[in-house]
Amino acid sequence: MRATLAQASLIRHRARTMLAVLGVAVATAMLLDMVMLATGMRESFRELLLSRGFDIRLAPKGTLPFDTDATIPGVGAIMTVLRTSPDVREISPVLGGAILIQVGSRDISAAVLGVDPTVQGDYEFVSGRDITAPDAIVANEYLIERLGARFGDTLSVAAGYDPQTRAFSGQRKLVLTGKVRFIYGAAEQSAAAVRRETLEALGGGARRDRASLFMVRVRKGANPDSVRSWILSRIPNVSVISVATAIAEVDQRLSYFRQLAFILGSVSLFVGFLLVTTLVTVSVNERAGEIAVMRAIGVSRMHVVQQIVIEGVAISLVGAIVGLGLGLITARYLNSILSAFPGLPMAIDFFLFQPRAAWSALGLLVGSGILAGVYPAWRAASLPIAESLRREAIA
Amino acid sequence: MTGARAPIVSLRDVRRDYALGAERVHALQGVSLEVERGDYVAIVGPSGCGKSTLLNLIGVIDQPTSGTVAIAGKQVDAMSDREATSFRLHNIGFVFQRFYLMPILTALENVALPMAEAKVARDERNARAAELLAYVGLGSRERHRPAELSGGEQQRVAIARALANHPALLLADEPTGELDARTGTEIISLFQRLNSDGTTIVVVTHDEDLANAARHKVHMRDGRIVDA
Repeated sequence: MRATLAQASLIRHRARTMLAVLGVAVATAMLLDMVMLATGMRESFRELLLSRGFDIRLAPKGTLPFDTDATIPGVGAIMTVLRTSPDVREISPVLGGAILIQVGSRDISAAVLGVDPTVQGDYEFVSGRDITAPDAIVANEYLIERLGARFGDTLSVAAGYDPQTRAFSGQRKLVLTGKVRFIYGAAEQSAAAVRRETLEALGGGARRDRASLFMVRVRKGANPDSVRSWILSRIPNVSVISVATAIAEVDQRLSYFRQLAFILGSVSLFVGFLLVTTLVTVSVNERAGEIAVMRAIGVSRMHVVQQIVIEGVAISLVGAIVGLGLGLITARYLNSILSAFPGLPMAIDFFLFQPRAAWSALGLLVGSGILAGVYPAWRAASLPIAESLRREAIA
Repeated sequence: MTGARAPIVSLRDVRRDYALGAERVHALQGVSLEVERGDYVAIVGPSGCGKSTLLNLIGVIDQPTSGTVAIAGKQVDAMSDREATSFRLHNIGFVFQRFYLMPILTALENVALPMAEAKVARDERNARAAELLAYVGLGSRERHRPAELSGGEQQRVAIARALANHPALLLADEPTGELDARTGTEIISLFQRLNSDGTTIVVVTHDEDLANAARHKVHMRDGRIVDA
């Protein structure tokens, strides 16, 4: 009967109830988006780092991987040291750089990675053939489109261009063999990959035996942070980053972002709470006489409170469910805008939907709905019955 | 009003004071009253004489400043809110001047409401609610909401609701106050029929016809019973 009374009471003021549900839905959408924003980038980054199964990255001292053009010398020596650890399973040295590809009278610049295709963790193969030969090059869709090239086409590639001598340096003919998708690549970024020794040869003596980054897979069951400490003790002139430390680093860099999300999320929750409290208070004040009569005919104070709280919870629950849908739509839209930001990996999501976050938002809203209903309900149910009836009669 | 049998209502030297700003209002000043089972009592008197205050005390929705109130053999003047609520649910039926039906419920649901609160099974309460509506002459209006009923019909639904849990005592505060003369007469007849069927009724009224229909009249003035 309490649920029937609560339902009927909400239906009695349809327009008001609809507006309240809409208000709660907007607050929920905002809260959900802020929860998704606060944790989304971090989780998305973590998933990205773990997606290819590499647990540790070695970068030039004081930088993040590919943060600068700095490189690490002595690739062979470092590989030898790393292989002495029984916990290191695979090592993928990566050399980064830039190339110019001549297409007719145009020069198209692109980022290039020099990798070992058997252990690389930088791209996913899409079609064609991988870089099995020293003169092979694979590229992402964007670059292939810009080049207007097909698999099997020979490309004239240079490591650089000297404007004084008007000559290309490190020129070489490479055959486009396949299409790949770079995991850390940004949208609308021209990128290609060749074998590491090919890129070394393109760069001349300055790039020989150098790497921009090492990615390390540890043995199953080994603790990546212990391996990280071991590497640091053996190779002190590099930055060694495990997934955990990388996430900590990202966390630190994103702390303002999270604080903003937390503040806006709290504001949304508070607005939702105020909205439900206001509505329930208005509704209860309107029904003071009705509540007094219910009490007079023997309805217990607790049951009156329950009925009013059910109303608050129903508004919060329906609003929260509508808000979840609204939040997901707005998150997708905002994500598409933010993901197009230049230089960001395409795979990074700003708003990552996590069921736990969604349930948390829903739980917070429903919890605030209960709290919002309890006080006005208890106040109304505790008014002296005779006095309320007398006032109602005078009114 | 007193006889050999134990009274259903017994008030002894009851006082009820209110604070009205800095002033102290003495609504009841030493009222003693007994009503027997099966009686039909009308409390009459000018406005502000304390009639409704007396009815509220008998109905256990208010407590006296001093004195004792016993209803159906139970002392009720110092009950906790929970005890008083349960007592009202099972022993007292209320009829108000303005009916106070739940506008969102049908006539049947309104009558069933106190039974739902008393945890009567759904089938049983619906059957009894239908029976009570038939008793007050509204057998065909079960599914109507209060807004679809006339004033007299609404008051009859309120009377049926007041009878839902077989109360020992039916209290009515100006039950004809909002009704026209013809409808008021119908309600007076209904009260007489209820009383002749064994229901004890205490009614507060300015309506002379209603008061005259009662077996006993209690006259009040300035918070005191002046003639019983």
